[in-house]
Amino acid sequence: MTSLAEAAVATPRPWLRNLALPAASLVFAALVLVAWEFVPPALGVPKYIVPRVSDLLLEMARMGRQENLLAHVVSTGSMAVLGFALGALFGAVCGYLLGLSPLWERVLSPYILALQIAPKVAFAPLFIMWFGYNAWPKLIVTVLVVFFPILVNVLQAMHTADRDQVNLARAYSMSPAQVFWKVLFPSSMPSLLAGLRIGATLAVIGITVGELLGGEVGLGYLITFGEGQANTAMVFNAIFLLTIIGIAMYGAVAWVEARVLHYIPRVEH
Amino acid sequence: MAAAVALELDRVSRRFATRGSGLFTAIEALAFSVRAGEFVSVVGPSGCGKSTILNLVAGLDRPSSGRVLLNGLPVTGPSTHVGFMLQKDLLLPWRSIARNVEFGLEARPMPRAERRARAQQELQRCRLSELADRYPFQLSGGQRQRAALARTLAIEPDIVLLDEPFSALDSQTKLLLQRSFAQTIAGAGITTLLITHDLVEAVSMSDRVLVMSERPGRIVEEIVVDLPHRDDPIARRPLPRAQDLMTHLFDALHLADRTDA
Ligand SMILES: Nc1ncnc2c1ncn2[C@@H]1O[C@H](COP(=O)(O)OP(=O)(O)OP(=O)(O)O)[C@@H](O)[C@H]1O
Ligand SMILES: [Mg+2]
Repeated sequence: MTSLAEAAVATPRPWLRNLALPAASLVFAALVLVAWEFVPPALGVPKYIVPRVSDLLLEMARMGRQENLLAHVVSTGSMAVLGFALGALFGAVCGYLLGLSPLWERVLSPYILALQIAPKVAFAPLFIMWFGYNAWPKLIVTVLVVFFPILVNVLQAMHTADRDQVNLARAYSMSPAQVFWKVLFPSSMPSLLAGLRIGATLAVIGITVGELLGGEVGLGYLITFGEGQANTAMVFNAIFLLTIIGIAMYGAVAWVEARVLHYIPRVEH
Repeated sequence: MAAAVALELDRVSRRFATRGSGLFTAIEALAFSVRAGEFVSVVGPSGCGKSTILNLVAGLDRPSSGRVLLNGLPVTGPSTHVGFMLQKDLLLPWRSIARNVEFGLEARPMPRAERRARAQQELQRCRLSELADRYPFQLSGGQRQRAALARTLAIEPDIVLLDEPFSALDSQTKLLLQRSFAQTIAGAGITTLLITHDLVEAVSMSDRVLVMSERPGRIVEEIVVDLPHRDDPIARRPLPRAQDLMTHLFDALHLADRTDA
């Protein structure tokens, strides 16, 4: 009896839950867009302060035709991905190396902390002076910004690795390299991936700051260009596209994470 | 009759440096031996150095003085002849059960197919074949310990060291698992050193029980369990003689506590 009653209640639920949430989110988005379209004009806010949604769409179409928008998007996107990949690689490699050599870690840890706290984007003008108005400054800023959270996360994982698992591997006469690749490295995966998720969002910030400060390509450049022309819609659109790039990168990392960490039981809320 | 000595501890002491300048003696002049194929349990109060012994035999730690001999040779580091297993199953969560069982074999040059086959065989012996492709989080505590035993036996050790492998389990699972372990170990004829807090477990599973004192740990009593059913603790447990031994052990531990307190 109870099981039947439960089944009757339980069956439509997951189906409903699966659709109800996205539907609610969509309704919310629609409400915001409608409000954005009609509330500012009603309050007498001029277009050049807050453009309407329809203005943004028209401007987006114009940018696509006249401003070579696709090239800017591709440039920013590819630079963000490249900077992210390099920063992640260096950060992870340094994290593992420091994790394996406690002496070096102790020697370097004050500087790591200082650099971690320093606002990395503030280095951008310096890099522009050193390397000129090319891709290097923004790439280096992005690499720096991504580097630290990943380094710190990997280092943390190396510290908290299960001593007994390591001892088990040693008891099986595994070489230090085998202990690393079979125990330490896989057990650092959750932390590494959490670091990558943070890094993916920071990469977009790094690249944007680099583009804002110099060069003639990228969505950051379009923001300064739009600002110079008092083209608010262009600035809004560029920010929107930067956000999309960030979400895409975050989503890609989250997708990889879900696949790599399939062995961790998911907590059902 | 007098089988070869598989493991010998020759006046082994282990001292740890303490925070101050002093030395902390965990075990003192410990001497005992285990014959090939024998099942020996070590019981004693918490902190008396049981896990320290296990680390010394596994080659993960060195004695401060004395020698540990495996098949007559001094232990200088981890050896492929020793398998060990702790209260924590130490299954690697990112590996399937089959891959976990293969883990110990990966330290040796061995073709992958052969490794697979060994693991399959071991899973079968521990009655885990159906669970081979599952991940550790999908197993119950008892199944996980069985998988850990399969991993331990897969390297075909001469001796296995068990550090309270059943203590985290509920009492029914514990009984069944003890029997399962006893059968597997008896079937394979492996020398076993079991560290435990559980006196009933010690008597119902072993050929011999060593009682340790409070630290610094020494052997204060040795009890030979000359009873049938070594491969079936559930059958051995109710034997009157087994009950006597348990009572005796209980008293022995109590006494040992008092003299050293
Ligand atoms: N690396 C170490 N450094 C300092 N002291 C240690 C170290 N390892 C163990 N000890 C000490 O040695 C003593 C024996 O420890 P051990 O882990 O062998 O005890 P045990 O008999 O296994 O205890 P339990 O039954 O609680 O598991 C303890 O008092 C412990 O504090
Ligand atoms: Mg212990």
